[in-house]
Amino acid sequence: MSHDLYVQLLDLACGLLLITSVLVLWRRELTVIIRVFALQGAALAALVAVLAVRDGSVELGVVAVGLLVLRAGVLPALLRRALAAAGEQRRDVRPLVNVASSLLAAAVLALLGHAISRPLVALAPSAATQAVPVGMTVVLIGFFVLVTRRRALSQLVGFLLMDNGITAVGFLTTSGAGPAVELGVSLDVLMVVLVLQILTTRMRDTFGDTDLDELRELRD
Amino acid sequence: MNALGVIGGILQCLLVIGGAPLLIGMMRQVRARLEGRAGAGIGQPWRDLRKLLRKESIAPHGTGEVFRVAPLLLVSTTAVVALVAPFVTTASAVSPVADLFAVVALLALGTVALALAGLDTGTAFGGMGASREMTIIALVEPTLLVSIFALSVRVGSTDLGAIVTSALHDPARVISPVSLLAAVALGVVIIAETGRLPVDNPSTHLELTMVHEAMTLEFAGRDLALVEWASAMRLTVFLGLLANLFVPWGIATSAAPLALLVGVAAFVAKVALLGGLLAVGEVFAAKLRLFRVPELLAGSFLLALLAVAASFFLAQPH
Repeated sequence: MSHDLYVQLLDLACGLLLITSVLVLWRRELTVIIRVFALQGAALAALVAVLAVRDGSVELGVVAVGLLVLRAGVLPALLRRALAAAGEQRRDVRPLVNVASSLLAAAVLALLGHAISRPLVALAPSAATQAVPVGMTVVLIGFFVLVTRRRALSQLVGFLLMDNGITAVGFLTTSGAGPAVELGVSLDVLMVVLVLQILTTRMRDTFGDTDLDELRELRD
Repeated sequence: MNALGVIGGILQCLLVIGGAPLLIGMMRQVRARLEGRAGAGIGQPWRDLRKLLRKESIAPHGTGEVFRVAPLLLVSTTAVVALVAPFVTTASAVSPVADLFAVVALLALGTVALALAGLDTGTAFGGMGASREMTIIALVEPTLLVSIFALSVRVGSTDLGAIVTSALHDPARVISPVSLLAAVALGVVIIAETGRLPVDNPSTHLELTMVHEAMTLEFAGRDLALVEWASAMRLTVFLGLLANLFVPWGIATSAAPLALLVGVAAFVAKVALLGGLLAVGEVFAAKLRLFRVPELLAGSFLLALLAVAASFFLAQPH
């Protein structure tokens, strides 16, 4: 693979990561958000696959396939199942910050992400590290989604968005921290999603809703 | 000022002025066919314009010069943009005006003139339309500037001709994330700026939702014809900019007759294709509530900003 093609594919995958994280912030329908999240998982896997082909590394290739299965297949399927169990409430109607303001906040977060990753890029300037600001922006946007959404399921999407960003930064800076580490982290994420899914189901069974702001008093 | 620029400029002016009503007619025809109606034919906007141009223009009692000048200003600013922007040729008749900031300012000047005319009538609808238009344009202008600026960063010049020329020399740039982000942002703001469906419905006069139509309610006869003509020309100009900034292939770089012919054909084909896509999209789209429009525009502003950030930070492929 020629250098130009490599850089272009890498940049394209990063652009897709950015667009999908903005879309998660933009849309209200939870079904659409989950679909966008699956697309982001595919973009992340493509990013790792590009790195794998550049390095000619089989290990990275295996990790890419694993990421594709987990982030574009298993996690969205789990989220969809949790949503189907939730019944009629499919929209996050009132986020704590309205959508227009949160989009503008995301613009500020993007600039912040670029600012704080400049020293990192300056350490070893290459095509991969120059894309680190994108990963940092995804982390920050994921954190923003996590703290401003009311429904448990959309907070979960925020958490996963953050994790996607962290994985992207990890691969872009180190070209993979070894499959063992990546496997451990992925399993952790899967465990967290499973636990949170059970927690969400329990919450709805007990209180009839998963709006975390409504949980003001303790019950038995 | 060179020969290519002058010939191209005259061609572009004629194309935009003569072809804009045909574009509107084509888009209406596409919509009609998809909705199962026969449609009035592609030439209908021209027939409407001819009818209106024969009629006397009447200004409402109590309106001033602002109302009378607005249609002329709207048409002339759009015609200047049609003359200088790179549509058929990369060279420009008056190259200092083919600058990104000058073009956007000229287009904004026309919008502001129309909004002032809406206010000048003193009617409830005119004021309401003007207020809504100002709300929208306040978010559209920065996005328009920023999204084209994202493309100009790599070229190192805000001259539209230079941006198109550099994209022509480096076709791989078309699929870079910078172009994709900027194209999506520019597409959304063009839909908002020209008053097409998710933002404003051009085919109704429903008081609760209209934006552009509310401002033009008091115009009659020749003035109305000019306003309608200018809004068609604006749509053509914006679609042409979108097409040539991102897919510049076919544009003439020399004054040879064949190159000019190819340039004209490519421009007509690209604008017709984009117009057709827009019309097909409009059949399936519903109008957004007015309070949701800032959300849409804030989203496109964010995409444009990300495009600028990406053009500074991502690696350059060479």
